[in-house]
Parts: sequence; structure tokens; C-alpha cells
Amino acid sequence: MTKKNLTTKDILHIAKLGNLTLTKEEIEIFKKQLSSVIEYISKLQEINTEKVEPASQITGLTDVLREDKTDDKRTLTPDQALANTKSKEGNLFKVKAVLTE
Amino acid sequence: MDLLSLTIKEVTEKLKNKSFSCKELITECFTTIKKNDKKINAFLTRNEELALKTADKYDALIKNNKEIFSEKPLLGIPVAVKDLFTTKGIRTTAGSKIIGDYYPPFNATAIKKLIDAGVIIIGKTNEDAWGHGSSGENTDYEPTRNPYDLSRVPGGSSSGSGAAVAYGAALVGTGTDTGSSVRLPAGFCNLVGLKPTYGRVSRYGIIAMASSFDTIGHMTKTVYDNAKVLEVTAGLDPYDSTTVPVKVGQYTKVLGQNIKELKIGLPKEYFIKGLDNKVNSSIKNSLKILEKLGATIKEVTLPYTDYAMAAYYILVPSEVSSNLSRYDGVRYGGTREVFGAEAKRRIMLGSYALSSGYYDAYYLKAAKVRTLIKQDFENAFKKVDIIITPTSPTLPFKINEKTDDPLQMYLSDIFLCPVNLAGIPGLNVPSGFVDGLPVGMQIIGPQFSEELLYKVAYLFERETQYYKIHPQFKNG
Repeated sequence: MTKKNLTTKDILHIAKLGNLTLTKEEIEIFKKQLSSVIEYISKLQEINTEKVEPASQITGLTDVLREDKTDDKRTLTPDQALANTKSKEGNLFKVKAVLTE
Repeated sequence: MDLLSLTIKEVTEKLKNKSFSCKELITECFTTIKKNDKKINAFLTRNEELALKTADKYDALIKNNKEIFSEKPLLGIPVAVKDLFTTKGIRTTAGSKIIGDYYPPFNATAIKKLIDAGVIIIGKTNEDAWGHGSSGENTDYEPTRNPYDLSRVPGGSSSGSGAAVAYGAALVGTGTDTGSSVRLPAGFCNLVGLKPTYGRVSRYGIIAMASSFDTIGHMTKTVYDNAKVLEVTAGLDPYDSTTVPVKVGQYTKVLGQNIKELKIGLPKEYFIKGLDNKVNSSIKNSLKILEKLGATIKEVTLPYTDYAMAAYYILVPSEVSSNLSRYDGVRYGGTREVFGAEAKRRIMLGSYALSSGYYDAYYLKAAKVRTLIKQDFENAFKKVDIIITPTSPTLPFKINEKTDDPLQMYLSDIFLCPVNLAGIPGLNVPSGFVDGLPVGMQIIGPQFSEELLYKVAYLFERETQYYKIHPQFKNG
């Protein structure tokens, strides 16, 4: 098994991909823990899968479609949709500015 | 009333002949919870007020309508619901703090079906946050303890549901099983626990862990009770396009049919070093009982077993990283720094496996290995009807024994995850006790073979009746 040593830079990169911010302590712990997991999962490289199709839908269903119509039974009212948010304005979710001048 | 000694079948009879009322039954559940849950931590939310109100309503129904039990096959049955199940107006946390104050505006399909069938929701149960774990210790709250030994874990991730049924707080505990999460707590808590075929029960409204793996199951004391609940929850759902148009079985009707000429396979890759000797003996003893019932046993091989956990821990975190991306604090819940350590680990692992330059080597490779694992089982099922394995390689382990080493924790599920990779059903059945601790036996069948699994389990249970052994809260 090939030894895996994630660096601080690796950890920060992966954390950024997952939209996570980490403390210094977390970086050190995850560096060690994730390296050992990645080392373990890398053993798949031993298998020859050249002629194997990837599994995506395990019971073999394909093209499950429905009519392109609104279903009132699974539609929330604005009040229901907004009931759990901490930040709203009128009937809208309020978020931080995405674009800056 | 001793709830621990009662099953769904018996409670239904007693409600029908008015030995007790729904109100008395539900009151007893909460008396038990108030007495014991401080020691166990099975519940995150109690639904006492609404449950008692519903019980009153059902008592009136029973009084006025004798046919009500055929309309509502689970009338009055107290259910403990895992906190991954969305419940309208009842707090739903997924065992996490980030959505610790979330009150969903709708019910999961499985919950709607159970409510329509007459169940009473007792409360929402503790779990490894988001379903990430094998012990219950990855909860963002206080970990659940095993009612058979309070110094040990009850198994996870559906830890609270398992413990709740085991100590007599409810008759059904709902669970989800993405890699082990119904079968392991069932195994560690002396319960019957079903992981159904992928797509047998709707995932709509279940907080998603890994969408191509998640299955919706439940734990009960007996096989009959378990089959009875699946008759309610199984079936096609227009709100979940992965539910399968295969007819729902008559799971309770087949119970009692003989299993003569049944061929049982024992995968040689599972009976290896690392399997506790005492667990091994318990399973071997159970196999002898099945032989006496007319089954024959032969060795089978699942050659890619050794790679299953690696494939699982690439594919599942990949799907986790995608499913957890929605928790951004905009529509509900807090912001992402509130995630616990295990959620962060899995988001990062998944992000790594899916990232540019690694996708082919990890995600795509693992998806191909998933095909090989599925074929392993298909080939074995050409030779045998079912496969039997231990549910866990060890007895229920100690609290904190594996928390510092995530990889060791992951490997607790080594006999269970392959079943999720293949999308097939697995049923945990109690196999007896070793040193006062429950041992679980897993019965695996081809996709949509739930009837057969129940048939085998029922006859085995009739011989053994381990469900009559109750927890003593050892080491409390």
C-alpha cells in the first residue's frame, strides 16, 4: 500500500472545495486521519477494471419520468418555505451580497 | 402493563379486546422513557402532548368502529422515529446541531404511510449525525448507551431507535441503512432489523446521506412485527423516482411456511481472522438450528469482499459531500462551521474523491468495483438461496473505544456495507448472547427477496425466542 501524507495545503484545498473553514487543530487532526483513510481506499488501484462498467443505478431503473406539471400536494406556501429561516425580507430569503462593486 | 414483553401482534389483540386503551399504552411508553432515558439517551425530542391526544382520538375510533383495525393495521402502535425522518411540525435534527432547530413543513412518505396506518409517534431518536457512524457516538448530542450494558455502544447510526425498542419505550424504531445503520443497532440490541432492497421503501423526506445507497428500514422485537411494518412502508412512491414497480410482498402471510430444501451460503471471505471466536461460535450454533429445520449449508465465495469497504468509503463520502452542500444556513439551520468532526471528514473525503485529477482514480474506479461486488452476490445466488454472515465481527464495543480512529470505526461495518453496494436486502436476527451481550446474525438475499428472509427468520425465531431476554442496564 502506498503511503499517503496529505499536506496542510492539500487539506485547505479540500476544505475549500467542501466550503468548510477549519481551525488549526482540525487541520492537524484531519491531516493524519484523512491520510490513513485515503491510503486504505487506494487499494482499489490493485484491481483491473478495464472491462467493467461503473454501477450508477443499482436496481437497473432507467428514464423514470413524470408529467411536467406542478403538484400542489408537494408545494410549500411562502410562509411554510420561510418558516425556518433566520434571515428573510418580505416573502424572500435574504442572503449576503454575492457580487461586489 | 409490561411493554417490554409485548409485541405489535399482542398489543393489537389487547387493544381490540379492550384489555387496555391506546391512552394507557402511550402513557406507559412515556413513564418508561421518564424512568430510563436519562441513562440511555435514546430520544432527542419527545412528542408526548401530541401522542396522548392522538391516543384519545384512536380510543374513540376503536369504540365506534370495529373494522378500524383492518383499515389501520398499526393502530395505536408506539413508534420511535430516527431523527433523519422528516416529521411535519416535530423537530428534526438529523442528530446534528446545525439543524437543531428545524421544524419541517412536511412528512416523509414513510412517516405519512405509518401515520395513515395508525401509529403514534412517541418521539425522535438520537443517532450519529446525518447517519455517519456505527456506534451512535458521532451524534452532536449525548451518545446513546446500550441497554444491555451501559458502558457499551448500542450500534449506529440508528442508535436511539434501537435502544428505545430494546428498553421498552416503543414497539417499532424506524431507521435508515446506508451501510449498516439498521442492522448493526439491531444486532447490538437483540432486535430484528431490516435493511430492505434499495428502492423498496421511499426515500422521500428522509434527510439524504448517500442517495444511491440509502434504504429505509426499521427495528422490532419479533419477525412478525417487522414484516407487518414493511407491509405498510414498502411500495412505489411518485415522489421518489428510485422506488421500484415491483409488487409489495405479503410479508406476514409467508411466516410459518417451511424452509426444507433451502440452500444457505456461507461466504468464506467472512469467516476469517478478526472475527471474534465467541461470535463465530454463536453463528455456527444458529446454523445448526437452521439445518435442523431442513436447510442445507454450503460454502460460497465473494471474491471482491476485500475491496468493498474501500469502494464504499469513496462512493458514500462523495455522495455525502454533495448532499450536505445544501446546509448553508440560508433556508434553515445554522452555518457550516457547526458541522461535527465526522461530517467534516466525510465532506472532505468526498470532495477529494470527486476533485479534478482524482475523479477517475477514485470515484469512477469505485463505481466499477461496485459492479464487481454486485456480480459477486449474483453469482453466489446462482448456487444458494440466501447467505448468512455475522452482523458484526465483534460484540458491542465500549464507549470511546474507536472514536479516535475513524478507519477502525469504519471497519466495524465490514460484513454489512457490501450489501448496500449491491442494493440487496439484509435482515438482522438475534443469534443469542455471549457474556451477557447480544450477537446478531445477518440473512442476505437477492434484490426483492424480503419475503424469503422473513420466512427463514421466523422459523429460526420460533425455535430460539431470544427476544424474550430483556436488558438489565448492566454497569449503570
